[in-house]
Amino acid sequence: MQTVFSIGVDAFAYGMVLFVISIGLSVTMGLMRVVNLAHGAFAMIGGYIASYAARDLGLAYAVAVMLAIAGTILIAIPVERLLYRRIYGQSELTQVLMTIGITFCIIGIANYVFGPTLKTIPAPDALRQPISLGFRTVSAHRLFVIACGTAVALGLWYFIERTAFGVKMRAAVDNAAMAAALGVRTEVVYAVSFAVAVGLAAFGGVVGAELLPIEPYYALRYMVTFLVVVSVGGAGSIPGALAACLLLGAIDTTGRYLMPEFGEFFFYLAVIAIVWLFPRGLAGRAE
Amino acid sequence: MKKLAIAALAAALLGGVAHADIIKVGVVGPFSGPFALQGKNFKAGIDAYMALNGNSVGGDTIEIIYRDVPTADPAQSKALSQELVVKEGVQYLAGFYFTPDAMAATPLLEQANVPMVVMNAATSAIVTKSPYVVRTSFTTWQTSTPIAKVAFDGGTKKVISVVSDYGPGVDAEAAFKTGFEAAGGEIVEAIRIPLQTNDFSPIMQRIKDSGAEGVFAFLPSGPTTLGFVKAFNENGLKEGGIKFFAPGDLTQESDLPALGEAALGLTTTFHYAVSHDSAENKKFVEAAAKAIGNPAELSFPAVGAYDGMHVIYKMIDATGGEQDAAKAVDAVKGLAWESPRGPVTIDAESRHITQNIYLREVARADDGTYYNKEIQTFENQGDPGLAVVK
Repeated sequence: MQTVFSIGVDAFAYGMVLFVISIGLSVTMGLMRVVNLAHGAFAMIGGYIASYAARDLGLAYAVAVMLAIAGTILIAIPVERLLYRRIYGQSELTQVLMTIGITFCIIGIANYVFGPTLKTIPAPDALRQPISLGFRTVSAHRLFVIACGTAVALGLWYFIERTAFGVKMRAAVDNAAMAAALGVRTEVVYAVSFAVAVGLAAFGGVVGAELLPIEPYYALRYMVTFLVVVSVGGAGSIPGALAACLLLGAIDTTGRYLMPEFGEFFFYLAVIAIVWLFPRGLAGRAE
Repeated sequence: MKKLAIAALAAALLGGVAHADIIKVGVVGPFSGPFALQGKNFKAGIDAYMALNGNSVGGDTIEIIYRDVPTADPAQSKALSQELVVKEGVQYLAGFYFTPDAMAATPLLEQANVPMVVMNAATSAIVTKSPYVVRTSFTTWQTSTPIAKVAFDGGTKKVISVVSDYGPGVDAEAAFKTGFEAAGGEIVEAIRIPLQTNDFSPIMQRIKDSGAEGVFAFLPSGPTTLGFVKAFNENGLKEGGIKFFAPGDLTQESDLPALGEAALGLTTTFHYAVSHDSAENKKFVEAAAKAIGNPAELSFPAVGAYDGMHVIYKMIDATGGEQDAAKAVDAVKGLAWESPRGPVTIDAESRHITQNIYLREVARADDGTYYNKEIQTFENQGDPGLAVVK
């Protein structure tokens, strides 16, 4: 019984890490209809900024997180204006080709500027303690990530479903021409949505760095995982992404505990089964 | 008229140095991509050797030609090696970070009359593939066997083995198991985990549940090791008194700034630590650090390359610059010298390097950086893995 709880805690924590990193991609793919393979690259930029701020400049963790989000958005705005704006509404192939090109450029630049070694983001002491839950100990950082995941899920849901901007955003996505005719400034809506998605990527890159360490190949190494989570959850759906992350996290963790030699077999078996049953993902909307 | 005079002068000059040849050495390694740092270390080791010993042997100038194989890719390695031999006319092949890359190029050697000096690839079998292969690095068997004795003598009788599911991991598991069971210890469980593992918490739980007193681990260096070591600490295994044993690939110097405090106190066995205390090593580290730019990036492939160049220089010396692979390889059989890592010999029979293996512990230096502190020496270790291959 203790083992079951133990795996449960690990699974929940891993699922939340996946959620925090992938939700930004779910927003770009589902709401903006851009297959953004460079999502991991933006997460990586956030990680590098945070690492530089916390490790080399000695700033506090919270400040480093803020700087990472702000810095990544600052870098992303010109990229959105100059490059992404051209591929809204284009075919997926065009989008994939361009975003993977951006990914390789960012990998090359990161490698050149920061070198090929691993970068860590030193967490404050409070997050480094093992915390006893009675039946086992987990690191405080995992609990922090769980809290972050919950906050992101609730905040984003409120932003999209309950604010005036959320209404404009959904309108712009469903029918850009009609939304524009009704006075919605669609370029602004897209730019803000893109900034939010990139900010979430950076945030996920930073808080998830304990599990997915920052190095130049981060952007490629975890790309498939992010894409799988989004397609299983249904692009653009927050509850869907959350459910997908928790489900896949649970399957992956249990599989690794019971039969590690099977590797990612169970993870991908589950992915195949879910996509077969729900071709648009768990909570995907019909086109 | 003037032009003619210049041409004549140039011809005379050229004729004057014609007896001194350029000897080309082709180096295949990962110079871009995720393993670029290891390739950079190859280059640093080679540059360091040439800076300290000059770039010519007996009047012949040595020229190094690099070819990039970013990740383990036997087909590309073979194609590039062939290109080096046929088009560039190299007399020596060297480098090879990954075992499959080295294996793929061995069939070329005899026909091309070219010796191969393996500067890293660590599977025992490579030297058996061709009589023209010489290795100056180490094998996973060679570095993993002593840690089994360390573990047993330190009072750990029950160990769980956790390795990444790929060639070197399987080798390390077998080496440790053989050594540890021979000493009288018990392997309670042997787990192989997939290479793409991000979350190690379930594995840690598994280790805890197995009732082992210690864990033997082998994983690729970089993100995987970092994740594993962090999970080991954060899940309370370190506090719980579970011992951690591994070969030194896991705590290579270039990863220590990132591993940092998490790695403190880890014991590993390996053939080389940048901190090794000797005059030879001081000289090497100084030259190699200059070659690589950032001294913190210096790690074990550099010393394999440095000693590889030593072997190649001896080969060129012995053959007088003529292309004669058999004579070159024969000349270095039994060759003994003082390497930055300590005294080494090329074993005459296996053509693999016999060397000291050191037990090290990750320690914090006075300036706050981390290093591998050597605490015990196992002298003149051959490769126990060859017995298994044959």
